[in-house]
Amino acid sequence: MAIVKVLGMETEYGIVIRGAAEPNPIAASSTLINAYVAELSRNVGWDFEDESPGRDARGFAREGSAPPEVETHLVNAVLTNGARYYVDHAHPEYSTPECSNAYEAILYDRAGELVLARSVAAAARLLPPGQSVVVLKNNSDGKGNSYGSHENYLMDRSVPFARIVQHVMPHFVTRQIYTGAGKVGSEAASTGGQDVRFQISQRADFFEEEVGLETTLKRPIVNTRDEPHCDSQKYRRLHVIVGDANLAEVAGFLKVGTTSLVLSMIEDDWFARASREYTLQSPVAALRRVSYDLDLSLPLELADGRTMTAIDIQWEHLDLARKYAEERGLDSVGGADVGRDILQRWEQVLAGLESDPMSLAGQLDWVAKLRVIEGYRERHQLSWQDHRLAAMDLQYHDVDPARSLQARLGMERLLDPDSVERSVSEPPETTRAYFRGKCLQRWSSAIAAANWDSLVFDLGSDPLRRVPMMEPLRGTKAHVEELLTSVSSPAELLERLGS
Amino acid sequence: MAEREQIRKPAPARSEETPVEEVPAANKKGEELKAELDDLLDEIDEVLEENAEEFVRSYVQKGGE
Repeated sequence: MAIVKVLGMETEYGIVIRGAAEPNPIAASSTLINAYVAELSRNVGWDFEDESPGRDARGFAREGSAPPEVETHLVNAVLTNGARYYVDHAHPEYSTPECSNAYEAILYDRAGELVLARSVAAAARLLPPGQSVVVLKNNSDGKGNSYGSHENYLMDRSVPFARIVQHVMPHFVTRQIYTGAGKVGSEAASTGGQDVRFQISQRADFFEEEVGLETTLKRPIVNTRDEPHCDSQKYRRLHVIVGDANLAEVAGFLKVGTTSLVLSMIEDDWFARASREYTLQSPVAALRRVSYDLDLSLPLELADGRTMTAIDIQWEHLDLARKYAEERGLDSVGGADVGRDILQRWEQVLAGLESDPMSLAGQLDWVAKLRVIEGYRERHQLSWQDHRLAAMDLQYHDVDPARSLQARLGMERLLDPDSVERSVSEPPETTRAYFRGKCLQRWSSAIAAANWDSLVFDLGSDPLRRVPMMEPLRGTKAHVEELLTSVSSPAELLERLGS
Repeated sequence: MAEREQIRKPAPARSEETPVEEVPAANKKGEELKAELDDLLDEIDEVLEENAEEFVRSYVQKGGE
């Protein structure tokens, strides 16, 4: 039986300081996050007992956040919605809390966009006159540098990794036809002589291997990082690095929804029932071929010598998924309602892509971006090399609503804005993130460290007390709400937990 | 290569009540769509980075993942 696909997304945002003589992205990222955390600490409703200022000399965010167990000397905040907000190398990175289905995952991903937008506004008040921060939710600077938007899925440890690789690879190569965020030009060392003016994916240019551990060079389509942040005997975490960051909610929903479903099918060995194998002859080459093929018409070579288009591979995956849903149910992807929406949306986009991709300008990032860039290019008679088109490509992803091009396109929303607003501070109710978030809301000053799989309390006199959270589906609202409301102090909580 | 069989899509399982209520753009007339895009492009002209060349040039991201 497939296990519940607990999932989360990590997004590295692009950042640049305008007006600075020597922009320092690490300092800019720290300023951004510190500004956000300091602003939170001034808000009513936070239970701060100490009076230390929001920023400590070492650069740690202190209030409203917990320092990491491993000190990185970079900002690392854990937010009350259970998310982690930190500096990763030279980028601000937001990791959603653990979510239990595709809607929840995009809800917390969207909440992250609000966190970044508010950070930009907060940082503006700290920067010298004439300087401002620009933050983009994209994956490439257009000059050969890429940064990631990673997905994480909880999987059953007993499933052989080779089976996962075999069956997830064709999905990863072909799902970009609806998950791609679009990009002007190409950054690949070679495009095989092809003149790539616009392509479907931000990331396809940067993948060189089929399977591997790397994330920054020789990037693999299937990443082998094996760090489950929970009981590693029972679970693995599939760390997916091949995706683009999405702003379109439909595209984001499908990215994690279809992938959750495909992974459940792999756990239940459902591909053994397929009438054929979808193993690609050259997955790395196919990834780019699909990304460069705006007509979605090019055949891909399969290992058995036949060919299929990306869209036909996706149709057959949908077909298999429908049969899987009928026979095995949809509990592992969040239940019948969420599962049905995944299947329906999946079908709608494939039908739209097949008849007229431009009909999906309200649903898919790459189509929306292509439509406005192509329209602008025609209106002003620009060449594809014009800087204005490259600037539009970047500005599509700006998190500042006043600058974002995407925000102007009136794209279809799946999420209620009030829930997104609430999710900036409230944790999901269906995973251990609930316990983490609620404890941080009430007792942040008594929490010495917050990690994915533990909370460490500092009660002052005793040694530090660690509460392990090794089961992602324990510590939910159903499990701990009553306990949390019945105790009046962290000491009482720990006593009741018996830790 | 020439004798390779091209796999045809096997009449995929599109559900009976194919839900087509979404995808609003698909039903609009070409002219309506064009007018909509024109308005959008006017708006984009106003918010687009003034110094596009400088912005694109300065946007360099190193390190990550």
